[in-house]
Amino acid sequence: MSDAAKEAFDALTETVGRVTVDDPKMQAENVDVFYAEKQAIYDVTLDVAKNEVVAMIGPSGCGKSTFLRCLNRMNDTIPSCKVSGNITLEGESLYSSAMDPVMLRARVGMVFQKPNPFAKSIYDNVAYGPKIHGLANNRAELDDIVESSLHRAGLFDEVKDRLNAPGTSLSGGQQQRLCIARTIAVSPEVILMDEPCSALDPIATARIEELIDELRENYAIAIVTHSMQQAARVSQRTAYFHLGKLVEVGETKTIFTNPSHELTENYITGRFG
Amino acid sequence: MESLSVTHLTIVILLLTFLYFLFGRHRAYSVAKTNGGLKGMHSLPSHYGTLVALWCAIPALLIMVLWKLFEPAVVDSLLASSIPDAIHAQGEKSVSLYRNEINNAVDSGKIDSLLDPVKQATATRLDGLQKNATLGLFVLVLCTAIVLGVLALKRITPKLTARHRVEAVIKGFLLLCASIAILTTLGIVLSVLFESIRFFGQVNIFDFVTGVKWSPQTAIRTDQVGSTGSFGAVPLFTGTLLISLIAMIVAVPFGLMSAIYLAEYASPRMRAIVKPLLEMLAGIPTVVYGVFAALTVAPIIKDIGQSVGLSVASESALAAGLVMGIMIIPFVSSLSDDVITAVPQSMRDGSFGLGATHSETIRKVVIPAALPGIVGGVLLAASRAIGETMIVVMAAGLAANLTANPLEAVTTVTVQIVTLLTGDQEFDSAKTLAAFALGLMLFVATLILNVIALIVVRRYREQYE
Ligand SMILES: Nc1ncnc2c1ncn2[C@@H]1O[C@H](COP(=O)(O)OP(=O)(O)O)[C@@H](O)[C@H]1O
Ligand SMILES: [Mg+2]
Repeated sequence: MSDAAKEAFDALTETVGRVTVDDPKMQAENVDVFYAEKQAIYDVTLDVAKNEVVAMIGPSGCGKSTFLRCLNRMNDTIPSCKVSGNITLEGESLYSSAMDPVMLRARVGMVFQKPNPFAKSIYDNVAYGPKIHGLANNRAELDDIVESSLHRAGLFDEVKDRLNAPGTSLSGGQQQRLCIARTIAVSPEVILMDEPCSALDPIATARIEELIDELRENYAIAIVTHSMQQAARVSQRTAYFHLGKLVEVGETKTIFTNPSHELTENYITGRFG
Repeated sequence: MESLSVTHLTIVILLLTFLYFLFGRHRAYSVAKTNGGLKGMHSLPSHYGTLVALWCAIPALLIMVLWKLFEPAVVDSLLASSIPDAIHAQGEKSVSLYRNEINNAVDSGKIDSLLDPVKQATATRLDGLQKNATLGLFVLVLCTAIVLGVLALKRITPKLTARHRVEAVIKGFLLLCASIAILTTLGIVLSVLFESIRFFGQVNIFDFVTGVKWSPQTAIRTDQVGSTGSFGAVPLFTGTLLISLIAMIVAVPFGLMSAIYLAEYASPRMRAIVKPLLEMLAGIPTVVYGVFAALTVAPIIKDIGQSVGLSVASESALAAGLVMGIMIIPFVSSLSDDVITAVPQSMRDGSFGLGATHSETIRKVVIPAALPGIVGGVLLAASRAIGETMIVVMAAGLAANLTANPLEAVTTVTVQIVTLLTGDQEFDSAKTLAAFALGLMLFVATLILNVIALIVVRRYREQYE
């Protein structure tokens, strides 16, 4: 970081741009995250709107994943991780004692960086969530859920003849779509995606990006990506993180064509990161 | 006396070897000097030194070993002419007796104590032959070592690929070590196989495999009545099966639960304490388990049984099986713990991310993913249980009952092998040979289990690589 940029970062106390939206699905306010003594997120406030894709970009290690994992309390599985601040889903506080983190994760689903199908058949991978939440009353309903989820993930035609083959027998891109289908199957309200295409080839990536665009109709989506082109293609709003701080938020078009903050501009123009 | 000189010779060769190493290295340095320094040499000086040393040591040692292998036969045949014809005429047995007497006298250095002058003459000749042989060995081996060493020294040039050659020798040596282990196993298998075939020459294989009466007492004198021996192995195998089954009923649930606890719930500190403690169970000598089973567990079972009106033998399959189960818990838990820990965290995250609880994740995602590995661990534990002897000897008795009742005394294949071979026995009686036949069947059974276990475990490995 140049001296000027460092000064700009140190001076940064408030996010540039509008962090709230008119019709929020989720709201995060003044979130701090610590891993043991080390602070990973500094006072981040950000809304996720309904039927919208919000992209989170920034140099690696800047806390994008950490922030994303706060939104469905996946950080609970890391013992050293402490989250403070207020996060709500439809107005209900995520970290209040009334909120069951297990139920929360059924409402806020997550797709991970590396495709992680279970050691089960394709069918059972998708049926897993509906089964544990009792979403189907009988086998026929379960079949319906599996089929429609695979359809919406754009995978059904490719696997309809081998639903009993192991999930791991699919290609990387297919596995990732299987993971998306698995997430959709529990009918979440929000889908979080942490660099869902970073392990995929360009064709598989394009396929997933299309899918994300379609999913926006029914879900609120937050996606972390290290690819600025991807953020530009799939998102409506973009949030730029830097060393744990949320530097700037805005319309994706504005961020990529006319960023306000020096750090954002440096990143967009490829001066670092 | 004789073995001492071989020892001496070996020490001399090793010293020579070391010297040649120094010579070789030194010569490599001087060759290097005239050839533009070490960079001009193919290998490092120590490689050249090692190569020279190997040339000095290996052929010499090989010759020594071969010589020692063939020396007795050669000496014997040379000595044959000195043995009086009268003895030869009395047949093989007398000749070998005569030889023994002479050998003993020579070995103990007391030729004079032989009273018969003919024997004395033979002994003197044997002594002379042996001394000559030793001398010959010394000269041959030392010459080989020195000459080959010098030749190797002369061959040191910048082009000599000493490094590769040393590498090749090391590889050969390692291969030799590996094959010794394999050959030993093969030898054991073959000897068991051949003795079993001899046994089946005396006892019908069909009777052995399907017979239900085991009483291996054969007549020692021909006029004895009533003990013709019967070798039906079925009660032994059912006994083995019964006890192993009880052991597995104990070991699998406890082992698996401990593994799940250790891998999924225990804090790192807890794990660091509990895991070694659990693994220690496998290190306790089985005889200690046997004492525990026979003197503590068996009486307790008997008391409990009697208090509810069951008749329990004082030595019961249950006591042995329970204790054996405890002993093999670590086989199940340790391997299962390893495979459960090896299930990628991302798979757990995927499950949590769908709103599954920890125990749902373990039951429906982690265990199915780890299952092949767990099965492998269970099969290994089972083959251990089948082979276990000591606990059964002490706690389950020797009675070859054909029963499925765990409260009765039973016996197992391994225990019978032990009883067949303890005490005095004739080496070619059916009773003794039966031990080999039992051993063979046991070996085949555990081999099959192990092979299945290995295949299952390997398939599991492939899945995550
Ligand atoms: N499990 C963890 N334990 C401790 N520190 C962590 C952990 N995960 C992430 N961090 C730290 O938190 C910071 C943000 O990491 P992360 O959210 O993964 O960044 P990004 O996803 O933007 O690359 C990094 O400095 C990283 O080292
Ligand atoms: Mg990340």
